[in-house]
Amino acid sequence: MEFQFQFDWQAAIDSIPFLLKGIPYTLLISFGGLLIGFLLGILFGLLSINKKWFLRWPATAYIEIFRGTPILVQVLFIFYGLPDLIGRPIDPLTAGIAAIALNSGAYISEVVRGGVQSIDKGQTEAGLSLGLSRSQTFWSVVWPQAFRRMIPPLGNQAIVSIKDTSLFSVIGVGELVRQGQVYIANTFTAFEVYFVVAILYLAITLSLSLLLRALERRGVASV
Amino acid sequence: MTHIVEIKGMNKYFGKLHVLKNIDLTVEPGEVVVIIGASGSGKSTLIRCVNGLEEFESGKLVVDGHALAPRGGNQKALAEIRKEVGMVFQQFNLFPHLTVRENIMLAPMKVKDTPKTVANATAERLLNRVGIGNQADKYPSQLSGGQQQRVAIARALAMEPRLMLFDEPTSALDPEMIGEVLDVMRELARDGMTMMVVTHEMGFAREVADRVIYVHEGQIVEQGKPDQVFDNPQNERTQAFLSRVLAH
Ligand SMILES: Nc1ncnc2c1ncn2[C@@H]1O[C@H](COP(=O)(O)OP(=O)(O)OP(=O)(O)O)[C@@H](O)[C@H]1O
Ligand SMILES: [Mg+2]
Repeated sequence: MEFQFQFDWQAAIDSIPFLLKGIPYTLLISFGGLLIGFLLGILFGLLSINKKWFLRWPATAYIEIFRGTPILVQVLFIFYGLPDLIGRPIDPLTAGIAAIALNSGAYISEVVRGGVQSIDKGQTEAGLSLGLSRSQTFWSVVWPQAFRRMIPPLGNQAIVSIKDTSLFSVIGVGELVRQGQVYIANTFTAFEVYFVVAILYLAITLSLSLLLRALERRGVASV
Repeated sequence: MTHIVEIKGMNKYFGKLHVLKNIDLTVEPGEVVVIIGASGSGKSTLIRCVNGLEEFESGKLVVDGHALAPRGGNQKALAEIRKEVGMVFQQFNLFPHLTVRENIMLAPMKVKDTPKTVANATAERLLNRVGIGNQADKYPSQLSGGQQQRVAIARALAMEPRLMLFDEPTSALDPEMIGEVLDVMRELARDGMTMMVVTHEMGFAREVADRVIYVHEGQIVEQGKPDQVFDNPQNERTQAFLSRVLAH
């Protein structure tokens, strides 16, 4: 018996409008989560290099816990586990955003730590010797330089987090993969649909890569 | 009590290493003090204590009437001292993300709330003074080493310091650029700036210094007028050091 498979272009094209409905969720979870993750990353990244152990220690614990456990477990824990603790359900969208925020926050903390530590100590000394306070020196001298160096690894993390949202189909957020699964359940065109899903992810991540590269080029010109 | 710097019985350790040993030193307004000594003798550490970039363990340090306490105590005095004391580093330490103009305007605007237009006018005046008035809108990386160091001097001057510290300001420069930086420093000295200068430029020391201090293993072992120290050193350590460096 000969097995013949034909890529059904019509099926692929037909699936697009339905799949596109998943994109707002994918973007919302990714970028909502990343935005909070960035704030968490700044906070815990800076705490992790603080001289005081009682600030450093909790930050390090947070980073290790969320880097050392799978994001799938994290989102399952938040969605199915936490409601037991707080006594009311958490909607899947919130759970997804929280998982991306906490998870990317841990990685971004490390990016922030590395970026800040890569700036020469002479910069801080120059700032202080001019009479700037510690925080003025940090925010107007060290941070702008560190941030420029952080752009490539931050972009990397954004791409990882965007792809991570695909796992959240398990808690039923109507993001891209979930939309694909629902569609396939009716049409049985798995090959075509997942192909389109993959292309849509690629479209998002490639646009982001291009944007970041443009940003980097602008930053490099002035340093 | 007219000293700008008064150091008495100051001791400084890096861990177990006793880097400054019972230092006594006063600097008067308008005085140019050049500090010489072998590598690792503690010259940088000494001037870095003066603006609190290094903490000391014991002794007394008063800068322009503000007394610093050992181990980084008295943060209020430290803040005042840093406003009044400028520092120029071997590696320039310009801010690479800011233009030359912005490098100079930053501290006056942040620390003294100087209006932008005033800070800008000051920046331009100072850049003209150090001979690079036409480079204001370049980034530090676009300048030569000598130009960068002159910007660093202008940046420190923008805070109108009462005292300037120089830590080997010409040691990172190509030989042909040393002169232009020393010229600026010479002029500063002539204009009456109080300066503490760590340098290996013995010609500069002889010409500009009011006093030369020789530091050996964390101690001031000899000090005096340049002619005295260079031509007739009393301490045998000073003699040995000078015969080594002047031989070149
Ligand atoms: N941050 C530090 N931690 C530990 N030891 C240090 C530190 N900074 C300097 N030292 C040590 O303290 C001593 C004095 O150093 P310092 O930099 O003051 O010497 P220096 O006279 O300026 O030397 P050079 O001519 O090489 O600049 C040296 O033995 C040096 O290794
Ligand atoms: Mg030194």
